[in-house]
Amino acid sequence: MKKKTPFLQSDGAVSVLVVLLGFLVGTILVALVGKNPLNMYKAILQALSGYNIDNGRMNVRYIGETLNYSVPFILCGLSMGFANRVGLFNIGGEGQYIMGMTVAQIIALLGPQIPVLHWLLALLGAMVIGAIWGGVVGILKAKYEVSEVVSTIMLNYVALYLSRIICLQLPGATTYKTANYPETALIGNEFFQRITKNSLLNNGIFFMILAVLAFWFIMEKTSLGYGMRATGFNKDAARASGIPVVKSISISMAISGVFAGLAGGIIALGSFKYGRVIAGMDNYGFDGIAVALVGNSTAFGTTIAGLLFGLLKNAQALMQAKQIPKEITFIIQGLIVIFIALRSALKLYQEYVDKRRLQKEVGL
Amino acid sequence: MMVLNMLPSVLMIVAPILITAIGGMISEKSGVVNIALEGLMMIGAMTAAAAHVLMEGSGMNHTLSLVLALALGLGVGGIFSLIHAVAAINLNADQTISGTGINLLANGVTIFASQILFNADRTKEFRMGMQTDALGFYPTAYLALIVVLISWFVLYKLPFGMHLRACGEHPGAAESVGINVKRIRYIAVLASGMLAGLAGGCVVLTQTIQYTSNTINGRGFIALAAVSFGRWRPVGVAGAALLFGTAQAFAIIANNIPALRILPTEVFNILPYVVTLVALVVFSGKNYAPASVGKPYEKGAS
Repeated sequence: MKKKTPFLQSDGAVSVLVVLLGFLVGTILVALVGKNPLNMYKAILQALSGYNIDNGRMNVRYIGETLNYSVPFILCGLSMGFANRVGLFNIGGEGQYIMGMTVAQIIALLGPQIPVLHWLLALLGAMVIGAIWGGVVGILKAKYEVSEVVSTIMLNYVALYLSRIICLQLPGATTYKTANYPETALIGNEFFQRITKNSLLNNGIFFMILAVLAFWFIMEKTSLGYGMRATGFNKDAARASGIPVVKSISISMAISGVFAGLAGGIIALGSFKYGRVIAGMDNYGFDGIAVALVGNSTAFGTTIAGLLFGLLKNAQALMQAKQIPKEITFIIQGLIVIFIALRSALKLYQEYVDKRRLQKEVGL
Repeated sequence: MMVLNMLPSVLMIVAPILITAIGGMISEKSGVVNIALEGLMMIGAMTAAAAHVLMEGSGMNHTLSLVLALALGLGVGGIFSLIHAVAAINLNADQTISGTGINLLANGVTIFASQILFNADRTKEFRMGMQTDALGFYPTAYLALIVVLISWFVLYKLPFGMHLRACGEHPGAAESVGINVKRIRYIAVLASGMLAGLAGGCVVLTQTIQYTSNTINGRGFIALAAVSFGRWRPVGVAGAALLFGTAQAFAIIANNIPALRILPTEVFNILPYVVTLVALVVFSGKNYAPASVGKPYEKGAS
């Protein structure tokens, strides 16, 4: 008997469906509170294309900003997604991101002021600390059976306060910022600035593209990735077939941390000209969870989902200007994740349908 | 003497963490992990703050307004936890994903509601929150004590509590002796949502004058840590919450104590998380967690 995979169970279709559902509920909510949902979509259109439908003006800066906002979402999505493929739930992207940001700020302020080398070093430092911050989780999980969900949540807050302690010691530190970076630490890109009317789009996007390619290559094309995916499918079977599960888990968490740490470094050097003494989370790490879930933890899917989230973030200010509370975008993102959790219902439904069909066949 | 002077402010901070942690413990005891505690606290806090401002403004009796505000926080927290209950219990969803979804949603919903109600990214300030009694304690301290005692009594002295714990240890066995696993898990998740909502209200009405996106600031996650550090038992969880809350209180009041001024206050903020991590490593291998926590239960499946 042949059984074809129902359309609704293909990963891509489910993602599109949950995103549409999220927007649908969000639209209804906006309408319910007496605002015009059309304004929400106008803002999104403007953030996407730079075209202002109300006055017919075009401003390419919005396109640059959308791309720039997407960079940390995509990187944090890759971070979550990489761990997810190994069967781990990395809620720690936020902590890895914060540590990456912190180390990038330290090197930016204290590192050698040699052109190019300076910011390269800062980004490299961000990636290394990300790997450490993530790798610790992997070791705790693999060796001590500490749930990665609990340990990453703890490490997020350790990172937040540790970052404050460290950054308060940096040159020129006040309660919320440090001195300005030297020029050599900045990752601005004059060409991008010229073609996007001074958007913040910077060299970080090249690293993001490299990261997406690296994710795809490691996961799909190397034996390391094969072992990781096998661990994710079935840990015991992987162990039985000689795959070093402890190593797989630790390395995957470390690589996962590299992505989030890099995101922190890029935000630190690309979006600000000074170091920040943060009082709260930036939430890119948490949003990365949603990005990876929508993107089904693949390199391509995560990129698309990250662009969507970057678009929403860029549309926030435009929405606020049109009297739509910008928090509607957070609501839509939350709804999307909840709908993804509910996708297991599709499986239950399919089982029910199969059962009914069987019952009919045997004449019940 | 100094410690005694600090006690009221310590308990002010401990109480909501403890109430939330007890809720989280009840949920995990029944077999459902609820990492949405943070978001549910936010929702309860926003609800209570908004309700209190509006009722206070309408000239309602102060005490009545506070009680109603807390009750509303509790109720709305419960309603939002139903999302988690349906996902985790009926639909066998991944409990971490649905919890994360609720946390993200709470981020948006609370401020969105403030924007609609007050045209600002925070609720309007209320004139007067809860007041301390003759000993300097807020009513929330007693409330937390009552919650701990009731939860202990229900979980360990009533048949219902035994049934609930059985659902978290071995739902199949529980079902086989006629316990309705899904119903009990529903009650447990709802309880955790209501307690988190209540605790959110307690935070906002004792420690601040309005709800902002920073009001809860990780308290729900500290509560989650207190559940594992307290090894899933009321007394342990209470002890953990007391320890963590004290650390949080120190972070706020350390500036007034000369001997502590040499340390950055953030050291006290970090303490709960580091202590929990170390404890998890030290106690690794010995499993104190309910055996079936986090696993969906399908009736009839082995």
